[in-house]
Amino acid sequence: MTADLRFRDPKLAERLRSKIARLAQKKETIKICHVCGTHEWTITHYGLRELLPENVEVIAGPGCPVCIVPASEIDEAIELTLNGVTITCFGDVFRVPGSTRSLLDAKAEGADVKVVYSVSDAVRLAKKEPEKDYVFFAVGFETTAPSTAVEVLMNPPKNLSFLISHRLIPPAMKLLVEMEELNLNGFIAPGHVSTIIGLKPYEIFPSEYHMPTVVAGFEPLDVLFAVYMILKQISEGKARLENEYTRAVRWEGNVKAQRVMHRVFDVVDGRWRGLGSIESSKFILKEKYSIFDAHLKYDLKIEGGVDLRPGCRCHLVIIGKIKPTECPLFMKACTPRKPVGACMVSSEGTCRIWARSMSS
Amino acid sequence: MCLAIPAKVLRVKDGIAEVDFGRGVSREVNIMLVDVKVGDYVLVHAGYAIQVIDEKEAKETLRLWNKILEEELP
Ligand code: SF4
Repeated sequence: MTADLRFRDPKLAERLRSKIARLAQKKETIKICHVCGTHEWTITHYGLRELLPENVEVIAGPGCPVCIVPASEIDEAIELTLNGVTITCFGDVFRVPGSTRSLLDAKAEGADVKVVYSVSDAVRLAKKEPEKDYVFFAVGFETTAPSTAVEVLMNPPKNLSFLISHRLIPPAMKLLVEMEELNLNGFIAPGHVSTIIGLKPYEIFPSEYHMPTVVAGFEPLDVLFAVYMILKQISEGKARLENEYTRAVRWEGNVKAQRVMHRVFDVVDGRWRGLGSIESSKFILKEKYSIFDAHLKYDLKIEGGVDLRPGCRCHLVIIGKIKPTECPLFMKACTPRKPVGACMVSSEGTCRIWARSMSS
Repeated sequence: MCLAIPAKVLRVKDGIAEVDFGRGVSREVNIMLVDVKVGDYVLVHAGYAIQVIDEKEAKETLRLWNKILEEELP
């Protein structure tokens, strides 16, 4: 059922394309922003941009949770390894550059860094070696944060603590919509984040900013339908919040996951790589769980950090202001093999996705 | 990293389920965040089931897509 090919039906796509073209006719440029690396993958992989009329542009916002981790937080993880701590992290963040190097570079120099598939793997490893200090580098948006929260609640082993880098998506969307120079006309909201948070957190976009907002799934037709629904709202002159991804996203979201997150985390302002501080956009552990907070356990505080290497335009790619091809380093000094910026490292980074589709 | 993959629940025990990703790939995932039973489809992200897929809604989406496309534009 889940791999139902009708979700990719080319005939449906063609009919949808002509509907979209008719709705976009005689309109000025329409700029739609999505905020999810997986949406960018669907759009690029299936060549959806080529299917859209010239005046309909879909841009990629800060939807790659690894790309927006500031260098200072990578530096903190590296600093921990220098104190003899074993860092466990997802594969995506392993190669992301800190101020001077990545966790991969640190590992090559002897640091103990282990890539895990899941936070529960980190728990298992820590239990196996109780004499060693373990830290789980918890990166990810609301899709990932509940799994970290579950493990914190499950009473993890004493030798495991958490370096929490989780970020929240709606505050970043608010930042984008308030950047007047971006001139956005609609949002495609991220499907998997929304399975957790539901629709309510997006209500402000249509109601306060008159921004059509559609939660969408990840099949090519899901994304085309979201574009169609946004154009329809624009034609009717009414901004609404709609759910295209009803098979996975309920209005209230995953209430169990929300409860777990609220029990474990407080929300504070957080820095995003290349974007500066965003209000109420970061999770930290509540005081009750401070014994699991790596910051406190190891008296860790690194400020500043070099987010952008010379020439890197990740800060502009991340907000969709420029395309990767407009960065002078793209596929020259910066390639998937030798990435310069975070957007070229992660499989969800816009530069990486564009690079991969060019070479395939 | 926000990728979540659909899988079918084969067995359930103590907050863990064995799920089938298709093509014979199965693995254990944590189901503490969802209420599932054998036979359900779940979305799996980083070793955790994060939501149950609604089969009725999936069919409804396809029906609606076809219907919208058949309608003439206003
Ligand atoms: S191509 Fe490389 S250097 Fe340029 S913005 Fe992307 S990641 Fe940064």
